[in-house]
Amino acid sequence: MSAEAGLAALPAAEPLRSRSGAGPAPVRIVVGYGFWIFLLSDIILFSALFATYAVQQGQTAGGPSAHQLFGLRNAGIETLALLFSSYTCGLAIVAMEQRRMSAFYLCFALTFVLGATFLGLELTEFAGFVARGAGPTRSGFLSAFFSLVGLHGAHVTVGLLWLIFLVAQTAYRGPLDYVRRRLLCFSLFWHALDIIWVGLLTMVYLMGAR
Amino acid sequence: MLGKLTWQAIPWHEPPAMAASAFIILGILGILILITRKGWWGYLWNEWLTSVDHKRIGVMYVLLALVLLVRGFSDAIMMRTQLAMAAGNAPGYLPPEHYDQIFTAHGTIMIFFMAMPFVIGLMNFVVPLQLGVRDVAFPVLNSVSFWLTAAGALLVNVSLVVGEFARTGGLSYPPLSELAFSPGVGVDYYLWALQISGLGTLLAGINMVTTILKLRAPGMTYMRMPVFVWTALCSSMMIVAAFPILTATFGMLLLDRYAGMHFFTTDGGGNFMMYVNLIWAWGHPEVYILALPGFGIFSEVIATFSGKQLFGYRSMVLATLAICVLSNMVWLHHFFTMGAGADVNAVFGIMSMIIAIPTGVKLFNWLFTMFRGRIRFEVPVLWTIGFMVTFVLGGLTGVLLAVPPADFQLHNSLFLVAHFHNVIIGAVLFGLMAGYYYWFPKAFGFTLHRGLGVVSFWCWFIGFYLAFFPLYAVGLLGATRRMQHYADLSWQPYMIVAEVGAVVIMCGIIATILQLVISIRTRESRRDLTGDPWEGRTLEWATASPPPAYNFARLPTVESLDAFWVMKQRHTGNTSNVYPAIEMPRNSANGFLTAFFAVVIGFSLVWHIWWLVVLGLAGAAVILVSFGWRERVPVEVSGEQLAADEAAWRGAGVPG
Repeated sequence: MSAEAGLAALPAAEPLRSRSGAGPAPVRIVVGYGFWIFLLSDIILFSALFATYAVQQGQTAGGPSAHQLFGLRNAGIETLALLFSSYTCGLAIVAMEQRRMSAFYLCFALTFVLGATFLGLELTEFAGFVARGAGPTRSGFLSAFFSLVGLHGAHVTVGLLWLIFLVAQTAYRGPLDYVRRRLLCFSLFWHALDIIWVGLLTMVYLMGAR
Repeated sequence: MLGKLTWQAIPWHEPPAMAASAFIILGILGILILITRKGWWGYLWNEWLTSVDHKRIGVMYVLLALVLLVRGFSDAIMMRTQLAMAAGNAPGYLPPEHYDQIFTAHGTIMIFFMAMPFVIGLMNFVVPLQLGVRDVAFPVLNSVSFWLTAAGALLVNVSLVVGEFARTGGLSYPPLSELAFSPGVGVDYYLWALQISGLGTLLAGINMVTTILKLRAPGMTYMRMPVFVWTALCSSMMIVAAFPILTATFGMLLLDRYAGMHFFTTDGGGNFMMYVNLIWAWGHPEVYILALPGFGIFSEVIATFSGKQLFGYRSMVLATLAICVLSNMVWLHHFFTMGAGADVNAVFGIMSMIIAIPTGVKLFNWLFTMFRGRIRFEVPVLWTIGFMVTFVLGGLTGVLLAVPPADFQLHNSLFLVAHFHNVIIGAVLFGLMAGYYYWFPKAFGFTLHRGLGVVSFWCWFIGFYLAFFPLYAVGLLGATRRMQHYADLSWQPYMIVAEVGAVVIMCGIIATILQLVISIRTRESRRDLTGDPWEGRTLEWATASPPPAYNFARLPTVESLDAFWVMKQRHTGNTSNVYPAIEMPRNSANGFLTAFFAVVIGFSLVWHIWWLVVLGLAGAAVILVSFGWRERVPVEVSGEQLAADEAAWRGAGVPG
């Protein structure tokens, strides 16, 4: 194609109408956004187990049913512990942004204690079920229950380890940009676990204990 | 001490398996000796194995895919040979349990370790260049993704030498894949290999979505992104949406097998149709995860070699997005025979047919792009036209299969096998081969041999029709898939034609290998000094071939669609000689080490070597912790260095 013909066919330069042409985003945005996408994928992982639980709920194979096993008291305390831990986690991030380091450490310590309380209650509940002969191998229903709730519990465990790790890093390195980005990711993760727990509480405990 | 692993695990009494094992082991040893003797270890480690450059990682992905294409194809031709022989009283040469492993390995390898790495490799290589940026969003994670995929591929091939592979078909349906019916290690190899590589794929998808949505050159609005980037975005979004389901499903099957749970068992309240639903909730999007980037490649190729802007860019983008959404709503058409009832089947049947509409839009867009264009019949164009013809036929049989009553007849027949090979080879493989030839000069700085490219295309094209169209016929006659032997002698002629087709395809693969070897040997005479060998339209052609590690000395400013074409016409582009310094990420051994421990963990889980599992997990944890503790110290590239590099390649190639 000749140059003239090419020029004649050329569109006029389009004016920029949207912010989507602003160029590469800053690192903080990229990291936060990427971590959000990861969390979405994690929520889909849970959704597959939620769907499985919905299908398997009635498959007790002669074993105990949801109604016989679940009490609302334990689940209620667990919920309070986890939701408050999210609140203190949020406070910790705010304290970090204001560089109030002792408040930051205090709030993260509270987050850890509340998270560990949640985990302790969950493990006690699991141990109780197993002791009553209602372990994960008993029926399709219990396999689905232990996997769904246990996967959430595994996430909480990883979160607690991550929290200790990040506190150590903050203490060692100080509130550098990249340390704060890692704290941001952790807080996103911790809040996402809340969202999943709300679904879990509703579908497994509230609907099951009736 | 070694769990279930004993000397019995080595297939001493199976000559074909031993020959293949010997071939693999000698091949690997040969390569290692060659590298050692040539003293290439330092280069290999520093420039490739620990590289976080998206282009290097992309090349390694494609190399992995090409190697496993050969492995997957050897499985295919063994099956075709068996079926050409095993009619009536003739038993063929493969015993059933061996044949079952081969078709399982063929499906697993071709989808997970050939098509996926090839697609992700091309996306990795091309997308940042087309977006006009320096790397993906998370370069180290990118390396981890690749190495996890490679680790999965290695585990599948280890199963050939130590133990056995699954005999359960490409998707390992329970209850057959449950411990009660498959007590061996085959299914465990399958599951752990795919869990490891699936994690890699998920991370790659997250990386790609973030890159495309958050890292684009100034002025690159969404509606100025090349179509390949759009298809990569949709494909990656589907990876993020679908792969976690695969992980969850395999996780449940693993819990059944390792912990005695009852998700998919025949007793204890298990429900194996739940597995089939879940696996296809991943599996159907997966088909489009593979096909959409193929469509993107055809769009780039057809616009470039027609010398025209792509016809109907906006409709192309919309069609891509429509397919992205619709493909999540059709999974049930893979098992109409489940018995979900006429209403449910009708809904899924109609949804499946609706997908043909955006796909048809795309086809017309390609045709209208060619219309009144000045088409140059380079090799990628041959693949593209071959695709259009082949894919339309595959699409037609697909619409036929989407009719539930017809599907009841054709379910699990060779008609189905012919259909999905028709669309997957037509769209995915043809697209990947077009992309391979098209972007090769960008990756290595020299073009591939044209004549052998043409030979490869015609062999694949003709071979495909010979190999699969007889299967449509014999499928209609009643031949089922996965059969190792048949009594009806009247089917044999079809099977022999299919065998001939497989041999013709083999010639195509040989031509591809020869093409690579000859092109490398004659590379001096086929150098691309301009960086723009095809009169390209998009930004990957705006830099040197091969591009420097940082891609662009200064990020280009995008003013319209087909940004590079417009720059060339307006003679805009690089005018200043002043370059601000930039920062690039450092090499990282994290990916390679993660993969090493992943292989250790996977292998020891397969064989129940628990102490080694713990050791492997500890190693992986150390990598993770050190990664989380690292300080961000990028490498700085100075402005003088950038100016010197830029002057060097522009002086060498681009006139003026």
